[in-house]
Amino acid sequence: MSIRHGLLALLERGQMYGYQLRAAFEESTGSTWPLNIGQVYTTLARLERDGLVRSLPESEAGQRPYEITDAGRADLTLWFATPVSRTDRPRDELSIKLALALTTPGVDVRSVVQTQRAATMRTLQELTRLKYASDQPEELPWRLVLDAMVFQAEAEVRWLDHCETSLVRYRPTVPGRRPPVAADGSAEAVVPADEEARR
Amino acid sequence: MSGADGTILDVRDVHRTHGAGPAAVHALRGVSLAVRPGELVAVMGPSGSGKSTLLALAGGLDSPTAGEVRVDGQPLAALDRRGLARLRRRRVGYIFQDLNLLGSLTAVENVALPLELDGTGVRRARALALAALAEVNLAELGDRFPDQLSGGQQQRVAIARALVGERRLVLADEPTGALDSQTGEAVLHLLRRRVDAGAGGLLVTHEARHAGWADRVVFLRDGVLVDSTAPLGSVEQLLSGSGR
Repeated sequence: MSIRHGLLALLERGQMYGYQLRAAFEESTGSTWPLNIGQVYTTLARLERDGLVRSLPESEAGQRPYEITDAGRADLTLWFATPVSRTDRPRDELSIKLALALTTPGVDVRSVVQTQRAATMRTLQELTRLKYASDQPEELPWRLVLDAMVFQAEAEVRWLDHCETSLVRYRPTVPGRRPPVAADGSAEAVVPADEEARR
Repeated sequence: MSGADGTILDVRDVHRTHGAGPAAVHALRGVSLAVRPGELVAVMGPSGSGKSTLLALAGGLDSPTAGEVRVDGQPLAALDRRGLARLRRRRVGYIFQDLNLLGSLTAVENVALPLELDGTGVRRARALALAALAEVNLAELGDRFPDQLSGGQQQRVAIARALVGERRLVLADEPTGALDSQTGEAVLHLLRRRVDAGAGGLLVTHEARHAGWADRVVFLRDGVLVDSTAPLGSVEQLLSGSGR
């Protein structure tokens, strides 16, 4: 997701100036994505350069409103119509950490898993509490943002459970080394079945 | 009545062993846990980690091999069968995956049953049962039989039965069962509301999303409590980022 499309979506509601855009952005993402005003103006400048928004004359109070152009509207429509690609997201540090923990001598992998599980569970509790406190109909956008984070945290806990189950069965022949490779190039049965999932 | 420090459920160094000798299975090994009024504690752990055993001990449905369980300050070991049954009817509410509603009784009769068994007059038991059904938004369907209700509605009747009267301790074992996620969430919402009104709750689940409703999550592994999340801050603290 880009701030760019976020701002375009807000301008689709009507003209707004920088501070209004920042407030509206934070409101619609439930303050989970704080913006500084510098980011807002930099993004507006780029949108204007690309012909997606147009700046209007300054008001008497010195505020310059912006409005979306037809090109901006088309760009926004395309954005809503395009699925978010998983490969655009940052690499998952946790899966890399666990993969390394498994192959680094002296690391208690179950403890790494449990530490993460308690932390993620704690996040889930926080998100659930915030959701429980946001029961007004107009808070639906915020609840949906929270739901997304709840489902992500839940998926992480499930994956950690899965890792732990696999660890119980994991018996490396030489601790801390790569599993032996058979003559045909395939790894032997000591590789956990879910090895792929960890990558 | 409650424990000296207000504790509703106090599990102290509890062991539970099934069988003896080399074939003995140690379901719980030295578990201690306290639940206070207004607190919902979730127990998570893999299958066979001792979750359901812990819940059965907390509700007096099973006895520990060693250690002590107190409900509202009352050591369960000091109660005879009749005393235990009375405590279960009056102070402890159970929400299980298996609803155990009686098909020949209407919703309101199902909910009133534990009160009537306990000697409450029929009229008063019915009034309390209707109040409990109203709490789960089923007041209008009180006269329907279980087979005239949807799965989610039946689950809510079972919850009303668990909450009816003055239940101080609510025990839940995978309470959302096979319900869809919205209905399941409504069940947890109800549990949370009752706990916020002053009950103590112990929730056994393997669903992280459900455990998220708890104030504290404890992790059982091979009969031992291995970890726990820290108590949560208020919503205001969480929003300002200082709730940790």
